[in-house]
Amino acid sequence: MLKVLAEQTKGYRRDSALTPIFMILEVVLETMIPLLMGSIIDNGVEKGDMNHIIKMGIYMVIAAGLGLFTGLMGAKYGARASTGLAKNLRKTMFEKIQTYSFSNIDKYSTAGLVTRLTTDVTNVQNAYQMLLRMFVRAPATLVFAMTMAFRISSKLSMVYLGAVFFLTIVLTIGIPLVSKYFTKVFKKYDALNASVQENISGIRVVKAFVREDFEKTKFGKASQNIYNLFLKAENITILMSPVMMITIYTCILLISWLGAKVIVQNVMSTGDLMALLTYCLNILSSLMIVSFMFIMLTMSSAAAKRIVEVITEEPTVKNPENPICEVKDGSVEFKNVFFKYNQGDEGENVLSDVSLSIKSGETIGIIGGTGSAKSTLVSLISRLYDATDGEVLVGGINVKDYDLEELRNKVAVVLQKNVLFSGSILENLRWGNLNATEEQCREACELACADEFIEKLPEKYETHIEQGGTNVSGGQRQRLCIARALLKNPKILILDDSTSAVDTATDAKIRQAFKDKIPDTTKIIIAQRISSVQHADKIIVLDEGKVNGFGSHDELVKTNNIYREVYESQTNGNGDFDENGGED
Amino acid sequence: MAPPMGGRRMRGMKPTVKNPGKLFKRILGFVFKKYPVRLIIVFVCIVVSVLATIQGTMFMRTLIDDFIIPLTKSVKPDFAPLAREIFRVACFYLVGAAASYIQGRILVVVSQGTLRDLRNEMFNKMQSLPIKYFDTHSHGDIMSIYTNDIDTMRQIISSSLPQIVTSAFTIISTFVCMVALSIPLTGVTLLMVGVVLLVTKKIAGQSGKYFVKQQKDLGTVNGYIEEMINGQKVVKVFCHEEKNIEDFNKLNEQLFDSAYNAHKFANIIGPINGQLGHLSYVFCAIVGGILAMMIPQGSFFALSLGELASFLTFNKSFSMPINQISQQFNAIIMALAGAERVFGLLDEIPETDEGYVTLVRAKKVDGQIEETTERTGMWAWKHVHHDTGAVEYVELQGNVVFDDVDFGYNDDKMVLHNIKMFAEPGQKIAFVGSTGAGKTTITNLINRFYDIQDGKIRYDGININKIKKDDLRHSLGIVLQDTHLFTNTVMENIRYGKLDATDEEVIAAAKLANADSFIRHLPEGYNTMLTGDGSNLSQGQRQLLAIARAAVADPPVLILDEATSSIDTRTEKIVQDGMDNLMHGRTTFVIAHRLSTVKNSDCIMVMEQGRIIERGTHDQLIEQQGRYYQLYTGNKAKA
Repeated sequence: MLKVLAEQTKGYRRDSALTPIFMILEVVLETMIPLLMGSIIDNGVEKGDMNHIIKMGIYMVIAAGLGLFTGLMGAKYGARASTGLAKNLRKTMFEKIQTYSFSNIDKYSTAGLVTRLTTDVTNVQNAYQMLLRMFVRAPATLVFAMTMAFRISSKLSMVYLGAVFFLTIVLTIGIPLVSKYFTKVFKKYDALNASVQENISGIRVVKAFVREDFEKTKFGKASQNIYNLFLKAENITILMSPVMMITIYTCILLISWLGAKVIVQNVMSTGDLMALLTYCLNILSSLMIVSFMFIMLTMSSAAAKRIVEVITEEPTVKNPENPICEVKDGSVEFKNVFFKYNQGDEGENVLSDVSLSIKSGETIGIIGGTGSAKSTLVSLISRLYDATDGEVLVGGINVKDYDLEELRNKVAVVLQKNVLFSGSILENLRWGNLNATEEQCREACELACADEFIEKLPEKYETHIEQGGTNVSGGQRQRLCIARALLKNPKILILDDSTSAVDTATDAKIRQAFKDKIPDTTKIIIAQRISSVQHADKIIVLDEGKVNGFGSHDELVKTNNIYREVYESQTNGNGDFDENGGED
Repeated sequence: MAPPMGGRRMRGMKPTVKNPGKLFKRILGFVFKKYPVRLIIVFVCIVVSVLATIQGTMFMRTLIDDFIIPLTKSVKPDFAPLAREIFRVACFYLVGAAASYIQGRILVVVSQGTLRDLRNEMFNKMQSLPIKYFDTHSHGDIMSIYTNDIDTMRQIISSSLPQIVTSAFTIISTFVCMVALSIPLTGVTLLMVGVVLLVTKKIAGQSGKYFVKQQKDLGTVNGYIEEMINGQKVVKVFCHEEKNIEDFNKLNEQLFDSAYNAHKFANIIGPINGQLGHLSYVFCAIVGGILAMMIPQGSFFALSLGELASFLTFNKSFSMPINQISQQFNAIIMALAGAERVFGLLDEIPETDEGYVTLVRAKKVDGQIEETTERTGMWAWKHVHHDTGAVEYVELQGNVVFDDVDFGYNDDKMVLHNIKMFAEPGQKIAFVGSTGAGKTTITNLINRFYDIQDGKIRYDGININKIKKDDLRHSLGIVLQDTHLFTNTVMENIRYGKLDATDEEVIAAAKLANADSFIRHLPEGYNTMLTGDGSNLSQGQRQLLAIARAAVADPPVLILDEATSSIDTRTEKIVQDGMDNLMHGRTTFVIAHRLSTVKNSDCIMVMEQGRIIERGTHDQLIEQQGRYYQLYTGNKAKA
């Protein structure tokens, strides 16, 4: 994990190295000051030597000035190193995700990936900055202050050594305890927030069933539970404060008492005593900082782990070594294809022994219940997933031998869960072809029957689409997605339940347009409605990952039980009625 | 009036709090009202521990001046007085440590308790808010009040507030001591503090500028990431990876630039203030040194060596809290912005309920309806007439009448016009029409999720405005298009419809809804835990649970919003049968998407642009060859 993270500091290694160096220098200079102070009192004030005071004063000003310089440099390089790391992490992860295959993407939830790219990166950035700056600074302060203290009086400094020893023991016991409690609390806290989220999104249910009081009681209990846990966790933390105070005070008093004796014996000066007392706070507070930094680091290490996971994930679909760069025609062939989502032994076959042959230019319908693997079947054609066993051929050549980009440009898929991106309608359409002219876009929209509603919009093709396409209706969104795919000028066009929210009349119009305008393109249409596939050249009936029937509508009605059942239920008053699937 | 439209709040815009002082007072008031005694104890503890610390600092002077120097001069040093003095100081320290511990203990209770109370108040308030609030505020924004904003409140209560008190007290008391020790040195110190404040203000301004830019860039980058990751499969299908990387890198570089500068300036404040503090120390040392040597003892400006030592310590403890507060200033303002949103939620106006007609269990005695506590299965509306005080009972039957109803989510834009319709008990009324025709809106009115602008809705002859909202809703069952389930067992999720339902009743309801057989196939049957809104179930199964949940409530009137999402034909048949079972014998309003539902309705309302344009049975409407005919056949209408 550390190796992966270390690689990501590329370009900011100098900053990463300079930051701790400047921090240490700053600490050295800071530790000099109490020493110089002592000197002023001893050799200056007590001996009445004004020159010495001035001299030491100048030294001190110089030390402070240098300290300022090193501090500023440390600040600058620290900021650069940490924000640079964050930038690299985001860049690497984003680029990596672009190489992910569908199965890689399925492995993570979308929200999970977004969190890794955002919150987790910020956490790591902060932790790294702290690591470079404070993590070096605090121990350095500890060491230098200790060294200085020993130089003044090794005997008296034993007091500090004892205190450090004592505090280290207390902290090593206390911190794991505290962090254990806090992890527990935060988990509960997350659960509480999740239940609030649930309540908000289900508020209509809550109100409809008049369950407000029930929800309040439920929440109140969870809230009280968190309160109790927090008290437990914090009460341990709070114990730290008096322990720390007592340790410091004990040190001060012990040093004062012992110091007084030594001074009286003329072994040490009062100035030395002053310096020694100043170091007390430096030593013990930096110990405290180090220990709390450990807590912070363990917390952010979870974030780092999640990031590394994304970076080290191996894309499962890769470009072949000597790719074929031309798809000859739109014929598709499945030869004894098996597929399962989880590679390896576990997991059931989603597709088993599928063999099909589709000629270029044919229109093929696919029908089957949920879980019959309709979407899976078509996604093998453009290599969104790789077949576990068997071969998928496009234009007579195994899809694994094609250049991925060429293959996907020639095999256009309109996904079931389709999205539009924020930007104008034109910009969205041009996803299909970056260089498409406005005329070409218009043609594609006419073909997909999207033109009619676009022309009614106030800004027509310049209309801004909100993220996810929320400002157009479900049916309109589907038609735009079809137009976008058409702009690729594909040899094979796959519509995965892409007209479910389009009314029957328009659906028929689109199918007719396909037939007239793009006769050479192979069209594969997945649908729930029989009417959408009825007129196809051939229809595939899928059942639990197996081909149950393959033939024309008339043949299937006669020979295929599943098909007939669906057909009858839909024509006997069980079909889709509504014009637009998506409700407001 | 409508609350402002939601829309995602711009994160990280420069936090502007209208009235920080007032807000601060409100937070204090909130805490003080709940924990008056504890807060007073905390205050006392702070004073005690600050005083103890000062005692300790003062000890430096006595240590050197009154003990060490005399000791060095005496021939036979007597350490007993010093031992006594150390013992005295130790006692002070002990009291100080104890005070700070007590303070900590109490503060935890106060801050966590306050947070708990705030959370509870927020949640309770939220439950009382009208549906409109949830429809007009993005759920993400409401959530962030619970997560981000309440966290910032925690910071204010548990760390900022006590720190301000401690700092203020330390500053004041240290100042007094410094003045007592030496006025000229105090002057020097104050001068340096002035410089520190000036520099901090300048840099904080710079840093703030970049932080705002950073937040903006971060928002852009995060937005881009969210959008593209959500559409990652589409990106792949269109081979848009290269272009995405290019766009992303541009945004990422911008973010780096602003983030770097923001952090740089934020980092700088620390060292600068620290070194200025050292300079202050140095100046005081030099000036103090000069004073100690040049000014004869006994004169006004005179300073002893011990006094100088003490003063230098005070100098440090004086500039420390000032640095802390100045560095925290931005954070405090940020936290206040969070507090403002928390109180904003608490100040929302709850759903009002002026209804007085209640739903009671009833029985018939000699043809007369009487109130009873028995479970008769019969319910009645108890109508206490305002003017006469007479009590009237009306049997709950499920007769619903819309009388010329107008409605708009905002007063200036009506979405429903002149809706007139009636439903006899047991009838099934279907609404059909295109998206945005106002079908769903109608269902929002019967249970008073929204109040109508004009016209009347009567339930069993009673204006629904007179019925207590809770009782009205108890008498209505609802199955929404999007099923919402809660993190709990299947059993409890169904029981949500009727909290006191027995297990047998729940199972009976599940059977009625056709859900029983799939539930029995779940790994733990009725005790299977559902998580994440039932994400471990299929769409169809979730719908079946929602139907069962409505069934267990057994209401006389049902509102059904049929799901449109494509579930396969077989599951759909099961869901359909479940719905049919549920509808049997109840007045049902259904927003229909399935032909079968529509066909056997007693009356079909065809809606367009907020008006009912056709009504009648299936056969009648087909005969008319109007809009319904067009929707049904996919052919253009004749007319």
